Amino acid sequence: MLRTGLLVSLVAAGIGLAGTAHAQQKTVYMPAILELSGAGAVSGTNFRDGMLMAIDEINKAGGILGHKIETPVLDTQSDAGTSRAQLQKVLDNNPYVVFGPVFSGSVLVTQLMTLKAEIPEIVGGEAAAITQKNNAYVFRTSFGQQFSMPKIANYIHDSIKAKSVAVVWVNNDFGKGGRDNFTKEMKDRGINIAADISTEVGQADFSADVVKLKGANADAVFVYLNEEESARFLKEAKKQGIKAPLIGETTLLGQKVIDLAGGAAEGVQGHVGLTVDAPIKAVQDFAAKFKQRFNYVCDHNGIKGYTGVYFVKYVTEKIGKFDSKAFAEKAHGITITPKDEPGILMEAMWDKNGDIDRESFLGEVVDGKQKIVKTLPMLSKK
Amino acid sequence: MASFIQLLVSGLATGAIYALIAIGFTLLWQTSQTINFAQGEFVMLPAFFVLAAMNVGAPYWLAALIGIALSVVVLGVLFKAVIVDPMMRHGVLPLVITTIALSLFLKESVKDFYSSQAQPFPAPVAPRDLHFLGAVVSLQSVVVLAVAVLTVVALHLLLNKTRLGRCMQATAQNPTVARILGIPVGRMVLYTFLINGALVAIASLLISPIYLAKFTNGEALGMAAFIAAIIGGFNQVRGAILGGLILGVLDNLSAAYLSSQYRGAFPLVILIAVILFRPQGLLGRVEERAV
Repeated sequence: MLRTGLLVSLVAAGIGLAGTAHAQQKTVYMPAILELSGAGAVSGTNFRDGMLMAIDEINKAGGILGHKIETPVLDTQSDAGTSRAQLQKVLDNNPYVVFGPVFSGSVLVTQLMTLKAEIPEIVGGEAAAITQKNNAYVFRTSFGQQFSMPKIANYIHDSIKAKSVAVVWVNNDFGKGGRDNFTKEMKDRGINIAADISTEVGQADFSADVVKLKGANADAVFVYLNEEESARFLKEAKKQGIKAPLIGETTLLGQKVIDLAGGAAEGVQGHVGLTVDAPIKAVQDFAAKFKQRFNYVCDHNGIKGYTGVYFVKYVTEKIGKFDSKAFAEKAHGITITPKDEPGILMEAMWDKNGDIDRESFLGEVVDGKQKIVKTLPMLSKK
Repeated sequence: MASFIQLLVSGLATGAIYALIAIGFTLLWQTSQTINFAQGEFVMLPAFFVLAAMNVGAPYWLAALIGIALSVVVLGVLFKAVIVDPMMRHGVLPLVITTIALSLFLKESVKDFYSSQAQPFPAPVAPRDLHFLGAVVSLQSVVVLAVAVLTVVALHLLLNKTRLGRCMQATAQNPTVARILGIPVGRMVLYTFLINGALVAIASLLISPIYLAKFTNGEALGMAAFIAAIIGGFNQVRGAILGGLILGVLDNLSAAYLSSQYRGAFPLVILIAVILFRPQGLLGRVEERAV
């Protein structure tokens, strides 16, 4: 009898301890589906590492509303079909929000599922079409092309004073969306498109494209490619002596492209939506912490991941509960300043479509470094 | 004209790399009926051997030698002993599937151990441009072309002018008769794997300064070389060379003069035409199946 009583007591104590432990480990499930392998691995890995930094900081400080963030990261293999399958897996576990993907083609596929499930999706994609589908559950972490291209167009029109421009773009959802928005903006400003050159993802040899470019004799060249392709293109352009200014959007002026292209990136100009070289102390401090922890220089996707998590934290604390629908309602039209939430790094506003607005920059590559020459105001504050 | 020369030299340089990789496909197929779908990753990996050696302080030339030696051991000896020999007994299809799995394993391992970021890779010569008939040709392209041609010539001499080469050819043509004639067939097959290990390492050293060292490099290279081998003839080394060069030049000329948007489709159109009208490949010989 005594033995039985002792056993019951031990079991009860065990259940009690487990219960206490469970109570101490309240979590909120916020999974991520990201490009950890395949062509988008650089972008996905940066986004993930930025997220991990923010999650560790928040969890160390007590979590969100007392709940630790639980974020398993699933690999999309940079493939839209796999992204869909991975998203279905996480949707089956009733997430509060979902992070990713970064590739626009994958976001265009997954956002239909999160819309149906009414789960907010915090994405890294930049294709204009993402926020043009009346989806109340998709939120960007960086400019959509419909925001960045007018800024580039103004720069080419007002500063470069080009009358004709050649466009070199990568033939995927990201590149095609950028090219379509860019050509529209050029036409609106009366600038002639002298050459429209499509390239392939992973392309190594750009000699044919640069030969075509030379024949076009444009006043400026707009380059809208992924990182490695940008570096290879710049090397070929230098080799063939392209004299027209090479203009880019964020990627072309990234430090990774500058490093890979060597001297060929010198003099490249353009618009930078997010950069660790921004003349903002909070951004620079973040970049230093990131470098220290992961031993590589963060690109703009790292900033997207980091600020994306703080965006969720801020909105959740405002609504005071983990309610996905309430989150989506509150997040539209919200403005977050670094004073309200230091982790947001720069003041940001999300509009009724889930598009983000924040300050951005004009930059130039000087002596192997990205140099910010001008800070552009938020579009909503113009 | 200047543009055409520029495109031709650049296309030939790229095509020569495809040819080196495609030769590996044909060698392994001829001697051991191995279709290696990890061949592209075999080209990607040696670049990381070299970078790892340079990271521990080896100069470029020594790191390159270490890279070639490691490739011969890992991608030649170990590949044959650990993957091909045990799987071959179960037929060609299980081996093909195993090499597909191997390609994924190599790709993801490099990403995990080295990072997903592209790494700058040193070129064998300093970046310099040569001016020829108004065309600007990079010295790097010329060196790539020259080294690839020298490698192919050396391989040709080995296979056709030496006793060892003739033994290897005999093994490829009819292993049973070769064995009756006293040729150590097993060793000859091993030699082809070693040669393939060296070829992919040389291709890696030549292409990585242009492609940059990245874990995904093998995808495009492996596919291009596979198509080149089929176009040229899967059972002929000279067919692989021709297929590689056609592919490299066609890619550049079609992008410049036809359509850059459909450049990826042109090699496939040629591939379909070859399969329809000359299934043995441009220089391949007709093989009859016993069963």
